[in-house]
Amino acid sequence: MQWDIVIGLEIHVQLATQTKIFSGSSTAYGAEPNTQANAVDLAMPGTLPVPNENAFRYAVMFGLAVNAEIGRRSVFERKNYFYPDLPKGYQTTQLEQPIVGPGYVDVDLANGETKRVRIHHAHLEEDAGKSLHETFFDELGHGMSGIDLNRAGTPLIEVVTEPDMNSAEEAVAFAKKLHSIVTSLGICDGDMSQGSMRFDVNISLKPKGSDQLGTRTETKNLNSFRFMEQAIAHEVERQMDILEDGGRIIQETRLYNGDRDESRSMRTKEEANDYRYFPCPDLLPVVIDDDFIEDARQRLPELPDARKARFKEQYGLNDYDAGLLSGDAKLAAFFEETVEHGKDAKLAANWIQGEFSARLNAEEKTVAESPITGAQLGDLVVRIADNTVSSAGAKKVFEALWTGENDNVDAIIDAKGLKQVSDTGALEAMVDEVLAGMPDQVAQYQNEEDPKKRKKMLGGFMGPLMKASKGQGNPKLFNEILVEKLGG
Amino acid sequence: MHNKSVAELSRELESGKISSVELTQQFLDRLKQEDGKYNSFITITEEQALAEAKAADELRAAGKATAWTGVPFAHKDIFCTNGVRTTCGSKMLENFVPPYDATVTEKFRQAGAVCLGKTNMDEFAMGSSNESSYFGAVTNPWGLSSGEKRVPGGSSGGSAAAVAARLVPAATATDTGGSIRQPAALCGVTGLKPTYGRVSRYGMIAFASSLDQGGSMARTAEDNALMLNVMAGFDPKDSTSIDREVPDYTATLNEPLKGLKIGLPKEYFTDQLSPAMEEQVRNAVKEYEKLGATVKEVSLPNAKLAIAAYYVIAPAEASANLSRFDGVRYGYRCEDPKDLMDMYTRTRAEGFGAEVKRRILVGTYALSHGYYDAYYLKAQKVRRLIQQDFANAFKEVDVLMSPTSPSPAFVQGEKTNDPVTMYLEDIFTIAINLAGLPAMSVPAGFVDGLPVGLQIIGDYFAEARLLNAAHQFQQVTDWHQREPK
Repeated sequence: MQWDIVIGLEIHVQLATQTKIFSGSSTAYGAEPNTQANAVDLAMPGTLPVPNENAFRYAVMFGLAVNAEIGRRSVFERKNYFYPDLPKGYQTTQLEQPIVGPGYVDVDLANGETKRVRIHHAHLEEDAGKSLHETFFDELGHGMSGIDLNRAGTPLIEVVTEPDMNSAEEAVAFAKKLHSIVTSLGICDGDMSQGSMRFDVNISLKPKGSDQLGTRTETKNLNSFRFMEQAIAHEVERQMDILEDGGRIIQETRLYNGDRDESRSMRTKEEANDYRYFPCPDLLPVVIDDDFIEDARQRLPELPDARKARFKEQYGLNDYDAGLLSGDAKLAAFFEETVEHGKDAKLAANWIQGEFSARLNAEEKTVAESPITGAQLGDLVVRIADNTVSSAGAKKVFEALWTGENDNVDAIIDAKGLKQVSDTGALEAMVDEVLAGMPDQVAQYQNEEDPKKRKKMLGGFMGPLMKASKGQGNPKLFNEILVEKLGG
Repeated sequence: MHNKSVAELSRELESGKISSVELTQQFLDRLKQEDGKYNSFITITEEQALAEAKAADELRAAGKATAWTGVPFAHKDIFCTNGVRTTCGSKMLENFVPPYDATVTEKFRQAGAVCLGKTNMDEFAMGSSNESSYFGAVTNPWGLSSGEKRVPGGSSGGSAAAVAARLVPAATATDTGGSIRQPAALCGVTGLKPTYGRVSRYGMIAFASSLDQGGSMARTAEDNALMLNVMAGFDPKDSTSIDREVPDYTATLNEPLKGLKIGLPKEYFTDQLSPAMEEQVRNAVKEYEKLGATVKEVSLPNAKLAIAAYYVIAPAEASANLSRFDGVRYGYRCEDPKDLMDMYTRTRAEGFGAEVKRRILVGTYALSHGYYDAYYLKAQKVRRLIQQDFANAFKEVDVLMSPTSPSPAFVQGEKTNDPVTMYLEDIFTIAINLAGLPAMSVPAGFVDGLPVGLQIIGDYFAEARLLNAAHQFQQVTDWHQREPK
C-alpha cells in the first residue's frame, strides 16, 4: 500500500533575553548549577512573577516575521504537573489566548519548489530546570538526583505548525528555515547543542490520497536537524510496519535515541497528564497595542527571504549559493564582510562554503567562534583574484590565519614566500628548461591525438614546473605557456 | 502602656517619656507571661525586637522618626520575614526561614516599627476558627471568664486575639474570604481589608491569589489608618498591585459624616442572622443616622451565590499555589523516601493538615478535564455578576453596612467536623473578596458578652472613606475600648 506521511512540528525556541521571563535572574548558559536562580525561580513561598517586556517584544517580532496575527490580549495559564525540575509545580504558559496567532512560512525545497507551512500559533512560556543525571551521594552514601534551576524561567516561544509537511526532507527544510528566521531576528542564539531550539515531531500516516488523518504519535525533544531527520524516518517506518501488518497506531508520546536509532514509548494518551490549565491569577492579561507592534516592526532586521533575494541581485550569486549564505544571519554577515574587503563575490562565496565551512565543521565551531574575520578572508580573496597567490598557496595563508600564526594576509604571503611568479618571461624560461629535460614526454604528447588524453598528459609537466618555480609559478600561466609551446 | 493605641504610643515615644527599648521590653514581658492562655503567637522574636527597638531609639535621637518608629506590633505568620521562620501555620513550613522580606514586612522595617513576632493562623490561611493551625488552636480572650474556650475566628485569629488581649497594639493580617474581618468581629477589634491590589502580595504566602489581600488589625480605626499608610502602594514585584497614589489615611478621619449614604443589603439581613445580632447591627446603623447619615435598603441579588463560587475559585487557585510544597527545595520532606512518587505523596500527606488537603482536592477536582467549564468557568461568571451587583449598589450609596459574621465567637470544636457550617461563617464577607472591594469590621456591641462586628463595605479604593466612617463611629461609641476579662 502507498502511504502519505503527515508531519506537524512543535518547536521550542529559547529567547535570547538577558533575564528570565518572570524574574531578574540572568539567562546566560553554562554557569555553575543554581547560581542563576533567585527566590522567584526557586518558587519560594510568597514570591510572584513579573513579566519581562523584552520576551513579549521578541515574540511579537517573531509573529511579524512569520506573517502572523498578533494576539492583542495575551493571557498566561498554569499548566499543572509535578516534576522536581518544575519549581512551582506548574508551568506558566499560554493556551487560549497566545501572543502569536495563525501565520505561515514559505520554505524552498531542494527540488526548486516552494512549500508553504502554516503556523497554528506560537505562545510564550517559561522553561523548566534540568534534572542532572550524574550521581550524587549524601553523607551516608545514598544516591541522590541533582536539580539545576539555572534554566528554570528562561523564556521560550513554542511554535506549533499545522500538519503541512509530508516528508522528513520538508520537515527539516522547515526547521532550518525557522532556525534561520529566529537567528536573523536575533531573538534566539540558535545554538542547538545547548538546547536553544528543540523539536517535537507529530507524525501520522494515511493511505495515499485519503483525506482522513491517521492516528499520530509525538516524538519529543529532538535537538539536531540530523536526529530529527532520522527520528522521522524511524517513526515512519515503524508506523508503516504496524499498519501494513494490519495493526493500529496508538496515540502516544515517544522518545528517540539518536545514538542508537531507537525509539520507545514515553506515555500513551490514557497515561497523559490532566494539566488542569487555568488562567494564572498572579499575572494580569497583557494587552499588546498598536504602538508596541509598530515598535517591534521597526526593530525587524532583514529576514532570510529578503536577504536571499538581495544576495542574488547585489552579488550575482546563483539561487543555491544565495540560499546557503543567506540562511544563517551570522554566516551572511561574515560573507558580506568578506565581499566588502575581497570584492569578488563568487570567489568569496566559494571560499566560505568550501575551506571556511569545512574548517568550522571539523572543529565544531560556530561562525561566531571563527578565529578569522571576514575582513581577513576578504584580503585573501583579493590576493587570489589578483593572482598574487595560487589556490594552493591561499590554503596555506588560510591555515596561518586560522591558527593565529599571523593576522595579516600580505605578511603571511611574504613570510612564507607564497607569492606567485606571474612574469611571463621568467615563466617561459622555466617551461623551456623543463621541456628540454623531458624530450620523451614531449614527443609522446605531440603524438597523441585524443584531446582528452593530451589534457591529462599536460598534468605530467606541471609537477616539475611547480618544483622548478619552488611552487611560486602561476599555474594558470604555466598551463597557457605549455599549451602554446607544445603546439596546442 | 499595653492599653494604649499606636497613635498614643507614638506620642509617648515622641515626648521622650519612654524609650522604644523600654516599651518593647514591657510588651515582650507581657506577651511571654500572657500568651499561654491564647496561643496567639507562633514565634516570638525577642532578640530581633530589642535590636529593632534600639535602632528605633537611635533613629528618633537622630530626628528621623516616623509615626511608627519604635512602636511594637506583630506580623501574621503568612508574611515572609528575612531570617525569621515563617510557617503559615503549617508543619510544611515548620522550619522554613525565608532569605527575603515580604514587601509589607520591608515597609514596616523601613518605618522603624518593632516586630515582636509572628502570630498564629489557620494553616495556609484556610479556616474561620484558627483551629487548623499546626501550632495549635488560638483561644479568644472574650468568653474565657465563663470557662469556655472560644475560637477567635480565622484565619487571622492570632493577630485578632493578640490585639484584643492587649499583647500588641496592632498586627498585620490577610483576608481571602473574611480572614481579617471575621476574627476582628469575633475578638472585638477593628480590621481593614483593603481593595485588591492596594497592598503588595509579594512575600505574602499565597492561598488564593486573586482573592488574597493584606490588611490590618488594631483596636481603633485611627491605628488601622496608620497601618495602611505604611502598607499601601504599588510594588513592581507584584504585577497585580495597582499603581495609584496613596493618600494619608489619617488626614480624612475627622471629616463629618453628614450626608453619608448608607446601603443595607437586604440579602444580609435574613433569618440566617440571629435577632440579637441583628439588633446590635441596627443599633450601630442608628448611631450613623445620628451622625447625619441617611440609610436605605439595597439589593445584592447574586450574593447568595458567593459561597459556592468562592469554594470553587479559592480551592482551584490554592491547588496550584500549594504545588510548590513538594519536599524538593525547602520545607518539610518525609523521612527516607524510596522514590520520587513516594517523596511527593508522603511529604504532602504528612506535611499538610486535613483542611488544606480537603481544599487541594476540591480545587484539583474543579479544574479537572471535563469539570472545568461546569465549575471554574461558571464560578468566574458568578464572580462577575457579584461585582456587577456591588457596582449597581454603589451607584446609589457611598458605603454598605452589614453584620460581619452570622454569630458571635463559638466554642472550640463546635464546627470542626462540619466544614460546610464552618464555611458559612464567611457568608457576609466572601462576596467582597470576589468583587475585590475594601471592607472593615468595627466593634459594634455585644451578644451574651461576646463582641459583634459591623461590616462597612466601600467602593474600590474608598479606604479613606471607610476609615473616616469607622473613626467617627468610634468617637461616639466605646465598643472598641472594651477589654476582655
